[in-house]
Amino acid sequence: MDTTRPPRAGAHRTRRAEARFGLAAIAPAALLLLIFLVIPTLLAFALSFTNAKLIAQGAPEFVGIQNFQRLLGVEIATVDVERDASGAIERGDDGEPVYPSARELQAEADPVLKKSELGSWQSGDASSKTYLLVGDPIFWKALLNTFLFVIVVVPVQAGLALALALFVNLRMRGSNLFRTVIFIPVVTSMVVVSILWLFMYQRDGLINQVLASVIPGYEFVDWLANPQTALPSIIVMSIWQAVGFHMIIWLSGLQTIPGELYEAARLDGAGAWRRFTSVTWPGLRHTAVFVLITITIAALGLFVQINVMTQGGPLDSTQTLVFHAFTAGYGKQQMGYGSAIAVVFFVLVLTISLIQRRLTREKD
Amino acid sequence: MKFSKPGASVALVAVASLALSACSSPGASSSGPVDVSLWTHAAGNPAEIALIEELTTAFNESQSEYAVSIEDLPQASYNDAIVGAAAAGDLPCILDVDGPVMPAWAYAGYLAPLTVDSAVEESLIGGVKGYYDDTLYSVGLYDAATAIVTRESILSEFGIRVPTVDEPWTGEEFDAALATLQSSGEFENALDMGTGWTGEWYPYAFSPFLQSFGGDLIDRDSFETAEGVLNGPEAIAWGEWWQGLFEQGYVSTKESADRERFAEGTVAMQFNGIWAAKTAADTFDDVLFLPTPDFGAGAKIGAASWQWGISSACENPEAAQAWIDFALQKEWLVRFSNETGNIPATAEAAAESDLFQPGSPYLQFVENSATLALIRPATPAYPVIAKVFEKAAADIMNGADVQRALDAAVDEINADLAANNYYE
Repeated sequence: MDTTRPPRAGAHRTRRAEARFGLAAIAPAALLLLIFLVIPTLLAFALSFTNAKLIAQGAPEFVGIQNFQRLLGVEIATVDVERDASGAIERGDDGEPVYPSARELQAEADPVLKKSELGSWQSGDASSKTYLLVGDPIFWKALLNTFLFVIVVVPVQAGLALALALFVNLRMRGSNLFRTVIFIPVVTSMVVVSILWLFMYQRDGLINQVLASVIPGYEFVDWLANPQTALPSIIVMSIWQAVGFHMIIWLSGLQTIPGELYEAARLDGAGAWRRFTSVTWPGLRHTAVFVLITITIAALGLFVQINVMTQGGPLDSTQTLVFHAFTAGYGKQQMGYGSAIAVVFFVLVLTISLIQRRLTREKD
Repeated sequence: MKFSKPGASVALVAVASLALSACSSPGASSSGPVDVSLWTHAAGNPAEIALIEELTTAFNESQSEYAVSIEDLPQASYNDAIVGAAAAGDLPCILDVDGPVMPAWAYAGYLAPLTVDSAVEESLIGGVKGYYDDTLYSVGLYDAATAIVTRESILSEFGIRVPTVDEPWTGEEFDAALATLQSSGEFENALDMGTGWTGEWYPYAFSPFLQSFGGDLIDRDSFETAEGVLNGPEAIAWGEWWQGLFEQGYVSTKESADRERFAEGTVAMQFNGIWAAKTAADTFDDVLFLPTPDFGAGAKIGAASWQWGISSACENPEAAQAWIDFALQKEWLVRFSNETGNIPATAEAAAESDLFQPGSPYLQFVENSATLALIRPATPAYPVIAKVFEKAAADIMNGADVQRALDAAVDEINADLAANNYYE
């Protein structure tokens, strides 16, 4: 702006009118965000300190940090082996030494804050056993599953999407069709996709049939009913479902890289690999950060597939944080406790995103 | 189906239905009949909703004081809609409620007690009467029941006795029959239990087996603990039997939800509800519906389906009561049975129904319902108990340690009871 000239009389009014227009323009979006995002988030924070129930008699009561104690409570307890009158180690019918059970240790605890066994170790001479006791074992299993899911999905989905984007970007005959086909699962509802894959993963489903026709002597696997294969099955299907979305993001990034750079690289004698590492990849920096963060957040929120396909089973092998919060809040109607899980999840996602943001920031 | 499944789009539909109901809040016009609102879960069931509409039209024409208007909601989001409406102070006057959930709603003050004529109350079968705290809060116009479904030709081929309610299979007999059927090699699995139906099916269908072993979901004397009942020796015996069904391959852990394997002939027997009886009877002309086995404490099946109640927010409870009394007339009970295929709510209605005449194979469902049915524990903690039991049964099915799975279930139920001051 030219500051040497005195402001015209109308400029102030124009700017104010513009500001008013700006506010009016964001008002609908801001209102929706306020109602459906900000207020529910604040409510979850407030509810997490109460014993709110979905169907309740009277108003929720403030219970302080009890929900968080129950959720995050961890204790390590060591017990001595049971000995008979002569001091010899007692052994059960299976010949194993007998220890007081974790449940016996917790018998006197407040029923709400009672901890249960997540794992245990025997000492070398079998004279004692150490229990890892937690307030909510499913929470820890869900946390582990969620991280496993993220650790596999983020690099594989991002990498696969980039490979597909590079392929589509070659602009060969049929690449439009290819791009559309890859994108179809993205515009299909996740519930529908999950139901389809539920059928495909069945014992007599498509995947087993195909594998049986390719591999001689193949033994049918009940993919979702086996604790070893359930989470990997969900990982594969989730990567397939959203890979098209991230392919489009990569593709838009690829198309912002000027063609001259490739031309110059080619003149300098760079091969295809060198062109990728020196031109394409540096040009995709911002896209990569965006893809990384969106996949991470989406993967941390894993829910629909679990709700439709496995309900967290078999044997908690597909429990996730959001599903656990949903089960607590809606299924068991413990809104206060469900909110506490949601708050912990919120803090977790925020922390991970901030760390990612810091690690990937421009270093000037 | 008589059990609810959690829907993914629950919240959205609940919000939408709230918005809808807000637009149609009852306004009593000065002249003409008073508007009385009614909500039902039956939107997805054409036969049932048509009958409710016809019944309501007949009621409205039978008198001039009140006009009942129907709002039909999908079952998957119905409970959430009610909870949302209660929070917003906008409950309808007349509403239907799933039997085992009723105590939670009565406890929370959603429901007002019913005043059904004592002779009528007396005539109703046990499964359609919803008592909480010795007070009648809901009545059903029909009940559902479960049975073991198989074919006469299968039983006679393998020399298996046809059981009756007076002389059901013993646990050993049942296990021997399963072993025979499984080892015959004619079937992939001896039995289909419907393990692919998640949600309320698990407690509705499977907890009666636990009760037949002598265990239960909660101590029904005090309703204050599950200790010793859900993890006592009887419950452990149930858990080991239940796990054995899957270990021995008698039952598959991940049945598909369509449950067509009995019709396809890949399973010899199926444990299913009355709603599936017609399909089975249409497929095989030698179909048999049988009582469940007796594992020591008597054969048991689950009871209570959807029932009608009056909300505490109702401004014209006498109108709501009049609608319920009208619906409890024999002609309507007969029609509900005929057109939805369920068990009539009274013996007189059963005598006039199409499906349950002497000689009909369906009659076994009436017998099962009359002699084996046990209502799920009438406590406000039931929604939690149902979820906890579902998880325990699924975990045991998938190979979890029985004692630990049931101990964990007990601890979780007791924690909920304690956190809610034992629902006093």
